[in-house]
Order: sequence, then C-alpha cells, then structure tokens
Amino acid sequence: MIHSLFLINCSGDIFLEKHWKSVVSQSVCDYFFEAQEKAADVENVPPVISTPHHYLISIYRDKLFFVSVIQTEVPPLFVIEFLHRVADTFQDYFGSSNVGDTLPTGQLSNIPWRRAGVKYTNNEAYFDVIEEIDAIIDKSGSTVFAEIQGVIDACIKLSGMPDLSLSFMNPRLLDDVSFHPCIRFKRWESERVLSFIPPDGNFRLISYRVSSQNLVAIPVYVKHNISFKENSSCGRFDITIGPKQNMGKTIEGITVTVHMPKVVLNMNLTPTQGSYTFDPVTKVLTWDVGKITPQKLPSLKGLVNLQSGAPKPEENPSLNIQFKIQQLAISGLKVNRLDMYGEKYKPFKGVKYVTKAGKFQVRT
Amino acid sequence: MSSNSFAYNEQSGGGEATELGQEATSTITISPSGAFGLFSSDLKKNEDLKQMLESNKDSAKLDAMKRIVGMIAKGKNASELFPAVVKNVASKNIEIKKLVYVYLVRYAEEQQDLALLSISTFQRALKDPNQLIRASALRVLSSIRVPIIVPIMMLAIKEASADLSPYVRKNAAHAIQKLYSLDPEQKEMLIEVIEKLLKDKSTLVAGSVVMAFEEVCPDRIDLIHKNYRKLCNLLVDVEEWGQVVIIHMLTRYARTQFVSPWKEDDGLEDNEKNFYESDDEQKEKTDKRKKTYAMDPDHRLLIRNTKPLLQSRNAAVVMAVAQLYWHIAPKSETGIISKSLVRLLRSNREVQYIVLQNIATMSIQRKGMFEPYLKSFYVRSTDPTMIKTLKLEILTNLANEANISTLLREFQTYVKSQDKQFAAATIQTIGRCATNISEVTDTCLNGLVCLLSNRDEIVVAESVVVIKKLLQMQPAQHGEIIKHMAKLLDSITVPVARASILWLIGENCERVPKIAPDVLRKMAKSFTSEDDLVKLQILNLGAKLYLTNSKQTKLLTQYILNLGKYDQNYDIRDRTRFIRQLIVPNEKSGALSKYAKKIFLAQKPAPLLESPFKDRDHFQLGTLSHTLNTKATGYLELSNWPEVAPDPSVRNVEVIELAKEWTPVGKAKKENSAKKFYSESEEDEDSSDSSSDSESGSGSESGERGESGEEGDSSEDSSSGQESESGSESGVEDERTAKRNSKPKGKSDSEDGEKENEKSKTSDSSNAESSSIEESSSDSESESDSESETESRRVTKEKGKKTKQDRNPLTKDVSLLDLDDFNPVSTPVALPTPALSPSLIADLEGLNLSTSSSVISVTAPVFVPMKTHVLLHRMSGKGLAANYYFPRQPCIFGDKMVSVQITLNNTTDQKIENIHIGGKKLPIGMQMHVFNPIDSLEPEGSITVSMGIDFCDSTQTASFQLCTKDDCFNVNIQPPVGELLLPVAMSEKDFKKEQGMLTGMNETSTVIITAPQNFTSSVILQKVVNVANVGAVPSGQDNIHRFAAKTVHSGSLMLVTVELKEGSTAQLIINTEKTVIGSVLLRELKPVLSQG
Repeated sequence: MIHSLFLINCSGDIFLEKHWKSVVSQSVCDYFFEAQEKAADVENVPPVISTPHHYLISIYRDKLFFVSVIQTEVPPLFVIEFLHRVADTFQDYFGSSNVGDTLPTGQLSNIPWRRAGVKYTNNEAYFDVIEEIDAIIDKSGSTVFAEIQGVIDACIKLSGMPDLSLSFMNPRLLDDVSFHPCIRFKRWESERVLSFIPPDGNFRLISYRVSSQNLVAIPVYVKHNISFKENSSCGRFDITIGPKQNMGKTIEGITVTVHMPKVVLNMNLTPTQGSYTFDPVTKVLTWDVGKITPQKLPSLKGLVNLQSGAPKPEENPSLNIQFKIQQLAISGLKVNRLDMYGEKYKPFKGVKYVTKAGKFQVRT
Repeated sequence: MSSNSFAYNEQSGGGEATELGQEATSTITISPSGAFGLFSSDLKKNEDLKQMLESNKDSAKLDAMKRIVGMIAKGKNASELFPAVVKNVASKNIEIKKLVYVYLVRYAEEQQDLALLSISTFQRALKDPNQLIRASALRVLSSIRVPIIVPIMMLAIKEASADLSPYVRKNAAHAIQKLYSLDPEQKEMLIEVIEKLLKDKSTLVAGSVVMAFEEVCPDRIDLIHKNYRKLCNLLVDVEEWGQVVIIHMLTRYARTQFVSPWKEDDGLEDNEKNFYESDDEQKEKTDKRKKTYAMDPDHRLLIRNTKPLLQSRNAAVVMAVAQLYWHIAPKSETGIISKSLVRLLRSNREVQYIVLQNIATMSIQRKGMFEPYLKSFYVRSTDPTMIKTLKLEILTNLANEANISTLLREFQTYVKSQDKQFAAATIQTIGRCATNISEVTDTCLNGLVCLLSNRDEIVVAESVVVIKKLLQMQPAQHGEIIKHMAKLLDSITVPVARASILWLIGENCERVPKIAPDVLRKMAKSFTSEDDLVKLQILNLGAKLYLTNSKQTKLLTQYILNLGKYDQNYDIRDRTRFIRQLIVPNEKSGALSKYAKKIFLAQKPAPLLESPFKDRDHFQLGTLSHTLNTKATGYLELSNWPEVAPDPSVRNVEVIELAKEWTPVGKAKKENSAKKFYSESEEDEDSSDSSSDSESGSGSESGERGESGEEGDSSEDSSSGQESESGSESGVEDERTAKRNSKPKGKSDSEDGEKENEKSKTSDSSNAESSSIEESSSDSESESDSESETESRRVTKEKGKKTKQDRNPLTKDVSLLDLDDFNPVSTPVALPTPALSPSLIADLEGLNLSTSSSVISVTAPVFVPMKTHVLLHRMSGKGLAANYYFPRQPCIFGDKMVSVQITLNNTTDQKIENIHIGGKKLPIGMQMHVFNPIDSLEPEGSITVSMGIDFCDSTQTASFQLCTKDDCFNVNIQPPVGELLLPVAMSEKDFKKEQGMLTGMNETSTVIITAPQNFTSSVILQKVVNVANVGAVPSGQDNIHRFAAKTVHSGSLMLVTVELKEGSTAQLIINTEKTVIGSVLLRELKPVLSQG
C-alpha cells in the first residue's frame, strides 16, 4: 500500500510529505521529476513510474502533483482513486474560506457516511440533475459520436436521520449507473427507486449514462470556414454558431476554445457578439460568446497571421465548445417525487436540471 | 491505507494541512531575513519553540506543536525538539496530544531511547473504556518503529484482536502489518492473530484483516477456506477499500480451489455470439454446459456476490470486479464488465490510463466484449498523448472487416493531428490493420503512399517504415511504390526512414534494376555523413547489388567497403569485414562465399505487426505488474485452474457438519457420499442461478424450484428433504441446539419442532453457532438469515457490554486520554430497516456507545386461529376440494415467506392423480414455494401439504393453477393482512423506544367506541390476535395494551397500541414503517374491537 506521499507544486517544490511507514527520502522524487521533464507536458507524465527500489504512482490535480511511493504490488487504481479522494478532501477543506481553529474530529456514527445529531432550522433537500453531452462532430456537421453522461448531485440539509426515496418518471433511461454507497442497491434493482439515508451536505448521489439506443439531440450547430493559403502568411477564419433544437430553452454560457496550429502568429478577428482572446504563446483562441439569440446568430470572422515561410498547417484545428441549457435534462430524465421517512418535519425540496456540453468537439 | 474518516492521524493530517497554509505565509515573510543565515534563524526558531513547549499555557504549546508538525510536513528536520515534545505526551489537552502523536510517529524511530518514555502512556490508554482512545493508542504504538517494544506491540495486538469493539479490532488488523514490517520474526504469532481475526464477522474488520493476510501470509490459503462463504456474503457491506483487497484475494483463491469454467471450444466465436444474446439465452447455454461441467456453488457465490459492485463509485472496486470476472467467471458471463469499464473512461486521466491498459489487454483476446463500445474509444484532440495512443491500440484490436472502413476514416483525421507522436502511432496502426485484415491491405497501402508526400517528416518517415513492412509481407509487384520511395531519398532525412528505403531497394534490386545502382552511387557519395543505421543499410545494399549486378556496381561496392573499413563505429567495421569476406572471392574464403547470394537474398519472413499488449495477459489484470509489464515486488502469481478441484468440503463450517447428523435424509448421503453435504449446496446452486435471474427480471425462481420438485418420483423424497434443509436452515440449527438429542425426524416433524424452535430462539439466541451457519447459507435467504444473526449478536453484545461497564468505573481514573470531543454517539439504530444490511447493523451495534439496544426476536404465535379459507370448492374442482389456513409459523421454505397449509380432499369415488401446482400468475416480486406433487389421492382421502408464499408485505393476490392429471383449476390466495406478520417479543421500554422512532407518517390511529366490558385485557388480546399474528408486550399500565410484530418479508416492525380512554372509547394506534399494511390493519382491527 502507500508508503509515503509527497505533494509537489507546479514549480517543482515538494511542499508537503507524509510517511506511513519508515521515512522515505525526498530524493525519490527525482525519478518523478525526470519523467516529468521527459513528458514535456504535465498531462503526459505517466501515472505509474518504476524506480529501482520503489514505484511511484501520481495524480495531477489543480496544478499539484500527488506523488505516492509504493514498495510492493498493489492495484494501481486503488492508489489513484485514494489520492483523488485525498485531493477531494483538501479541496473541500480549504475550499471553504473559514478554516476552523480546532481540528476536525470524526465520530463513529451508526451510519458510516452520516454524522449523528444533525440539526437544521431550515430543512432542505436539493437535487441537481446535470447532464453532459459528449460528442464528436465531423467536418460536415454529422455526429461521429455522441453520448449523454449525467450525475445527480445532492445538497441535503436535513435534521436527524431522514430516509429518502427518489423516484423517476422514466428510470429506464438510465443505462449504466454508479451509486453513492448510501443507496440501497436491491431497492434500485427491484423497483428502480433510489432509496437512501443521505450523507449530510453536498455529495454525488449517482452518476449515469443514458442508454446509447436513444439518439442524442445535439443542441447547437457550428458553421465554419477555416483555411490557410499556400505560400502566404495569412489565412481565413470564420465560424458561426446556431441553435439546433433548443426545446424552447435558451442556450447560454457558450465558449469556444480552439488550439490553433503552431505556425499561427496572431489572429485578427471581429466577433458579432461576446469577446475573444488569443494567447500567442499557447496558441489558444477563446471566444466567450454568451447567449444565442436566434434572430442574430453569433459569428467570429477575420484573418489569421501565419509565420512566414513555414508550410501551411496540415489540418484545421478542432473547436471545443462549452454551453449550458438551464431547466433541461437533454435525455428527458425527470424526477417523479421525493419522499422522506423517519422524520416528522416537512422538508423543502427542490430539483434543478441543467444540460451542459461535456467533451464536445467539432472537427473542421 | 485505511479510510477511517474518524481516524486520529487523519485528523491531525488535516491539522498539518491547516498548518501548511500558515507556514506558507510565514515563509514568505521570513524569507528576506532567511537570506542572511538559514541556520542561525532556524536555530533561533527552534529555541523559541522549546520555550513555548515549556510554557504553562496550553495555547502556547499548541501553537508550538502546530508549527512543529508544519515543519515535519514540509520535510524539515525537527528531531532536536524531541525531548521537549515528548514531555507533552500526557497533556490533558486533546489538541496538543493529537499533534504530539503525529510528532512521535515521525521521530520515534530516530530517538528510540526517548521514545520509550512515552510507551507507558499508550499502554494505559490501551485499557481505556473509550474505544476510540484504545484504537488510537494502538495505532500510535504500532507506528512507533522501535524494535525494543515489539513484545509490547505483540501483546497489545493480541489483546486488541479480542476487543469488543469492532473498530479496535480493525485497528489491530492494521497494526499486524506494521509489526510485521518492523520485525518479520513475529510472523508465526501474527498468523495466529490473523487466523482469529479472519473469523470475525464484522464488516469493519474484514477488509483490514484480509489486507494483513495478503501482506503477512498470502500463501496460507488454508486460512481462508472456512471464511470463504462469509467473506463472499459480507463483501457488499465492507468499505470500498476493503472490497478491493478482498476481491483480489478471492480471485487468487478461486483459481486454486475450483476447476475451470472455460470450455475448450469456448473460444472467441462462441463468446462473440453470446455477447449479443440476452441473459436468458446465456443462462440456457450455461445450463446446457452444466451437463458436462457443474460449477461449484461456492464459485458461483463469489461471481454472483461481486456483481453489484460493478456499480460502485470507486474505480478500484469496479476494476477489481472486472478482473475477477475476467479471471474466474465463465467466458459467456464476462461481457457484463465492459459497460462498467467504459464508464470509468469518463474519469480522471490517471484512471483512464489504467483502465485503457486493461481494456487493451482484454480486447486482444476478446474483441466481442468491447466492439459495441467502439466509438467510446475515439480520440479527442484534447486527450493527453498517452491516452490517445492507448485508445488507438484498442481501436486496432477491435478492427475487423465490418468496422474497418469506419475506422480508417477516423484514422485519417488522426493522421493529420498536430500531435505528431500520435500521428506516427496512427500510421503504425494503419499498418497493423492492413496486415490483419487482408481486404483493406491495398487501400491502406495506397493511403500510406499518399502520406509519403506529406509535409511533415515524422509522418513520412513513419509511413516509409510501415510501407517497408507491408511490402515485405506482400512480395507482389510494387515497383511503382519502390520507385517513388527511392525518389524520397533525396529529401527525407530521418535515419530510420532512409535505412528502410535502402533495405527495400536492396531486397527488390532485381525488380528495379535501373534505379538500384543509381541509389547506391548517391549513397556512396554521402556515406561518410550518414547515420550509422543508414551506413549499415548502404553496406547491405552494396552487397546485394554486387551479387546480382556486379558488372555495374562492383567498383562502387568496393569503394563503400573501403569507406566502411575505416569507419569510426566498430559495428560498421565489423559488418564491412564480414561482407567483404562473403562476397569478394579470394583464396581464403571458404565454402560460404558460394552461398553468399542465398545468404543475402534469402526469402525473409515478414515481420509480425503485433500489439505491445499481447504478452501482458499473463499478469493478473488490474495489478501494478500488469501496468508496468514486469513483475513487481510482491506480485502473487495467479495459479492455473487445477485439473481436479480440491476437496470442496473444507469450506463447510463445522456447524453444518453437525447439522448433517440431524438431517433426516439419509438418502442424500447414500446418493453421493463423496460429496457429503454438497447435496445441499447443489440445491443452493439452483437457487443461485435463479436468483441471479431474478435480479434482472424476478419471479422465475419459484418456477425453477417447481421444476426441480417435479424432476422425478424417485428423487422426490430426497429433494424435498434438501429443500427443507436449505430453506429452514436457521430455524433448524437453533432447534438442534435446543434439543441436541433429537431423534431422526421426517419432514413434517420439522414443522412440529418449529414451535419449540421459536422458544429456544428467544431464550437461547446468544448461540454463536447458529450465526456461523447462517453466514454460509446462501443468497435469497442470507439477508433475513443474518438478520436473526443480528439478533443473537445483539444479545451477546449486550452481555459483553455489561461486563465492560462493570469494569469501567475502575479504569476511569487512569484515562489520561480523555477525549472530550469524541461525542459518544447515542442515536439508536433505526432497527433492521433495509437501510443497512443486517451484518452492517451488527457492526454498528458494536460501535454504538449507548448502552441501550433493543432486543427483538420472533416468538411463538399467541394464538393460531383454525379458520380455514376455501381455495377450491369441490363443485368447481370436479370433486377435488382444497382449503387453506395460515398456521402462523415461520415458513420453512424461506424466511420471507408466509407459510400456508393446504388441505386437499378427494370427494369423488375415484383416485385423483398427480395433484400439483401449474402455472403461476404472481405480482412482481412475489414468490412461491410449491408443494411436491401428490401422486394420487384415494377417494374420500385427504392430505395436508405446506406451501410458502412471499407476499412482499402486501395483500396482493397470489394466483396459480391447481392441477390434477386431467384438469387445471385457477385458484387464488389473498392473505389477510394479519397473516403477513410474525409476532415478536420485546420489553415495554423497547416498545416505547421503537414507537418513538416510528412517528409522523409512520403512525396511524383511530378512535374506537364500544361497551366497557369489551375492554378487559383478555378480550382485547383475544380479539387482536384473532385478526393479526402479533405478540403481546407486557404492560405496566392497565389501560394500555401493546402488541408487537414484524412483517414477514421485510422484517419491519408493526407496533399496535390500544389505549383505553374514559367512557367507552379507546384509541387504537399503529406504528410501522410499512404504512400501507399499517392502515389496512387498522381498518381491520377497528370493527373487530368495536364489536360487542
């Protein structure tokens, strides 16, 4: 299992270490730095590194590397998953601005995931149904691959030991589901009802995939015309975004991110709406579009300056698109009702639906 | 390693983190001064820390400790503070104490003598009444790596392993590994402790002890046998990390104990087909296979019990189950893991990396598994390169004639990627597809040739290399391509590509007779400036041309050989010498030169383009070794399936063997004495199959059961014996202990005995044996079985607690670690609601610090009404009449079933033959255990048979057909609500407590008006028990009557209260979680109580 843990920031300082068995010298991290150098890009640092005496398993989260030192065979996912939980805990703890003076104490609760003696004056239970569309759209605008991934995040502030059951109008939509440990698996198997005693506070209740038989409605389309002229130091860039089937809901929070080819020096563009930035170092173009109004479709047009003399880029860059549609779960999933047992008070209940773009890529 | 959110160290871990923030800011402010002299400032800082630690104020000490722990966390040396810190180990302040512990764990190894000063504090804390303090003392003690205290640690571990608190026992399991790493000499003693802890029934302990087992004695597989079934059954309730460890261990176990479920011809084709079949079809297949191969029920148990964990939120658990299925499940069942693995691809890049690696290995052997998810492996431009290449690898493995055109189109996009490393990998991939799928070889080759004119050199070079391999495989005429490539030599600079072209021209020099010598000429010119790799190929080309076309190239070759002779690289000089000797004839050259042409221009076998994951499958999936593709330290080989399974009876827990003596069926023994008790387990297997069925679309279980009953007359007796055995296990066991001297009985006897059994249960439920057999009993029953286990455990716990409390006052004064902020939790467990599976409740019960815990156990019915209901009237049954009544006994066929007795009468003057139950129309979830067919019923004869129906705690009708040899009659049983209950005994106090928890929506009440004479307690009792199978609760007040029962199916409590008011009114209150039955019962009771 994990022998030691080192936390390394993006400038390569080891700023925290913890040893569970004997102390392992910081120098073991040199192997990690070596691999990091070789990888060039943080994303490509191999998560598992073998060194003469140890194995290093690392994760990269929020510009920090969590490097664990392993001495014997262990399922790597075990370590990776654990490190991510550690990172989650840090995020949770430091994320809230008021870091308390007394150290947090745990307690042995009857239900491992819920602390005892919870009390609220306002009892509330909120559920966010968040669906993300993962898609690859090809040059011609047809869908290469599309899939809906959803999660239900809950924020439960209920006193005592409430026992909740959440049912759906159309549970059959959920093809593949993974559960928070609080959910009674058998109930779901037999009745398709989520029955659970919730943890206190924010947590992810389930994540699911919508069965692939259902066609995925793609809410936006992109018209694009990107071209680089041969033997010339400029190219044209022209993209327009429009709503496809918006089901009466506005599409908002649209952002387009493009990783331009290395030969691009600068871009001279005019957006009809929103604002754009181009970082000449990373070659990333970001266009913050905002909302789509169907009357006037947003577009971004202009010229691309290329490094003179360099060959024109082989391929047009892909467009990564972000958007958000409030009050809509694109799969059509609907919560039917939420019942509470075990406590007497009437809680305030709320369900919110949001659809977002996940890994949404348009090839050009 | 452990996931205790409440662990001590972890808390202070949080503390370190807090500190970290503060430290970070302080370093920023200090750094300017630090520039003068790092050492002096450090020393000074430590001086003031010492002073703070000496101070009288806790706040100063706390500040100092925070800073010191901060130093430790940052890896700075704080060892010189040891004497000052260790003094505070006995501090009354809990915050200080926690931080001192953190410090001790870090530096005790370096300052052993001083560390010993603190040991006595921990020894005292090990006896603390608070379980949290005992546990944390053990944790710190075992983390202090001082060899002198090994005996003390050993003793502490031994004691803790027998602690009443499962939490302390869990920590004992953790300490085992620590002690073992400190002193491996202790192995034998530690194994003893492990053996003891493996028997522990707590879900809290299971994961930790298996971890200790894996670390200390993974080869002692014999320790697992007796705990195997228990571990399988507990698995779902163990915490996530424990699940991973247990699943990996059980995978290894299964491979040593069971025979292979893979049939020889169960190859790729078969499997591919299966993948598209529905579960039912698969089932049929497996059934067919069973004729030749019967899976050990324990093998099946493991496969079945791990399945729900595929839906865990923890990627490690999902992967663990996936590898278990891959390594031990029948190939037709492995398909279900792909969906879950694909789901994990949405996770972090690290998780993706590992999962993709494993999928890559799997997809080589079984394309079919992942083919439906082909598009999930499409590459996004934003993926990191390592993910992209892995996805590409999988896509290549999945490529076949059907999808290759789609894939090639996809590859075209990838080739153009800005990530050139990835583009190059794609070209390799296209090459592999071209060789694997002959239909597209030409298409791929053309595509690759097009890439030769690509602007990017890496792409061109990679294409050249791949084309070279392809052409080698296809010795057909490809002169044009070779010519094209020869031209590339002028422009391309990548050495591998140049070398490849040269080799290709040399190999085909007779096909391009004009070009080859010219190429050699050009190369001779640039020889000195070429890369070594290219030089070697120039030499080869020269040699080949010399042999085929010596007229034109003799001089050129000699020139090149001369250049090579004086090259700086010895490889090239060697090669030159070798070639010269072979091809240039002289007197010294022996016979070999005659064969020079054969040597150089031999037909060379085409290279195999293989997946780099091809050889990984000999590592267990999901392991570190698999990821690294080398054996990691401590990797445990997965053994091959044994040819013959080792004796399966080793997994039987003793109690079962004893039960055997009692079992009325000697026949089972005769039939297969070798299998011993396994006749039962076969039954077990049947039900296991059907229950896995019922997971998807329930209701089929009873059908299969029925079939097994009908199988044949000869086996009828023994099979019924088996059934009653497996169905009523828990009951039977208790009974056995109650009347150890019981005489051999028939089946009906066991029902008689049931009553006594009930009594014995209440009086003697602390019987430990009864719970251990329940562990091993299977599936559908297991839940309710272990519920009764819970009950018995509770009693034990209760007893234990009492003795503990007796001791507490004595030890109070030495509780140095008075952790005042560990609130003793006193919220009682909300009864065996389905919320927690019973075994978990058992744990929690142990954790509960409050002294009160309720005792709820089923009792014998107060009254059994003899009222019979008509099932089939003789008129409509053509002379066959059937009546049924509810004997109010726990059902012997299943703990969730209501037992029903049916009396059949033959009113005709002829024999009625083959009376059995035919088609069933049951609402979803409802199950039925039918009686065995009756061969014949004499005229005027009558026979009584028992059935069990699981009504799922509802009053829905069970419809089925009662059939004779000639006819089928549709009949219904609708249970009165009162029969869906089993009476329980509980004290008034418990009743009130439970009632307190079942308020609000769970409470219904009504007012009854009737004459006062009806309000005597005997009348009320009689009236209530007539309607419902409830037990009376002793009451301290005359005007309140209480009755308690639990529902048969879910075991939910049903509390009935009749409170007499002034005048002739009474209040009837029913508290239950099952509000529907509660209100129905209220409706039924009201008129009965109101009657005169």
